[in-house]
Amino acid sequence: MALKLNSNLLAQIREHGMRDYPNECCGVLLGRARDGTKDVIEVVPLRNLRVDRKAAQEILPLENPSQETERNRFLIDPRDQLQVEKDARARGLEVVGYYHSHPDHPARPSVYDRDHAWPWYSYVIMSVWGGSTKDVTSWVLTGDGTRFESEEIEVVNCAASS
Amino acid sequence: MPVKVVIPTPLRQYTGKQDAVQVQAKTVGEALSGLVSQYTDLRKHLFNEEGKLRSFVNVYLNDEDIRYLQKTETPLREGDVLSIVPSIAGGLALRCICN
Repeated sequence: MALKLNSNLLAQIREHGMRDYPNECCGVLLGRARDGTKDVIEVVPLRNLRVDRKAAQEILPLENPSQETERNRFLIDPRDQLQVEKDARARGLEVVGYYHSHPDHPARPSVYDRDHAWPWYSYVIMSVWGGSTKDVTSWVLTGDGTRFESEEIEVVNCAASS
Repeated sequence: MPVKVVIPTPLRQYTGKQDAVQVQAKTVGEALSGLVSQYTDLRKHLFNEEGKLRSFVNVYLNDEDIRYLQKTETPLREGDVLSIVPSIAGGLALRCICN
């Protein structure tokens, strides 16, 4: 599989990472999957529910809340997710993956990322160093759930994609 | 009674690519049990070894999280829609072991 998106969408993801720095940002990738490629048509920035510690802890408890905060953890509010999925489906789109940032850390999945990942989705990770985005990578969990495999991101120039 | 269960994209590979499945059930728990009996490969993604719903799995009855209703005991009415919403979470390595 490859993940295909245009340069405007990639810029939107990067802007979100910079805007929410030093917190982790998160959002959803909507599009269509066909012939081994996921075409991203829209990106939707979502709130990192970890800023609301009580609500987040009810949805997905952290083992060590004193060290794990919105600066190193993200959680998408399932209510937001359900709404985005419904809206997408009504427009013939589906959720093909999610993105999040790693503030002042590399764009490589952590063990925590892997332990919370689902198969099939593309997980786009961007590193944000000192407020500027650097690498953007994409990963897909292997079928047995034991590791991530790197996925190619194909960036289409906006003029060429129209 | 017949209710619809909406399947998220990563789990459709276990339901013959269907994005929704009809099941007959009186409660949320019965609906989920019926679903995994019909599509056995789904079981390990929805339930843990003790047979409890995994903490990474959110279930919504129409627009309500079943955590705030009667959980799996929540009764169903004809035409209800159950949505399986996978928890999407992650974060950086607290101790950076990257090279």
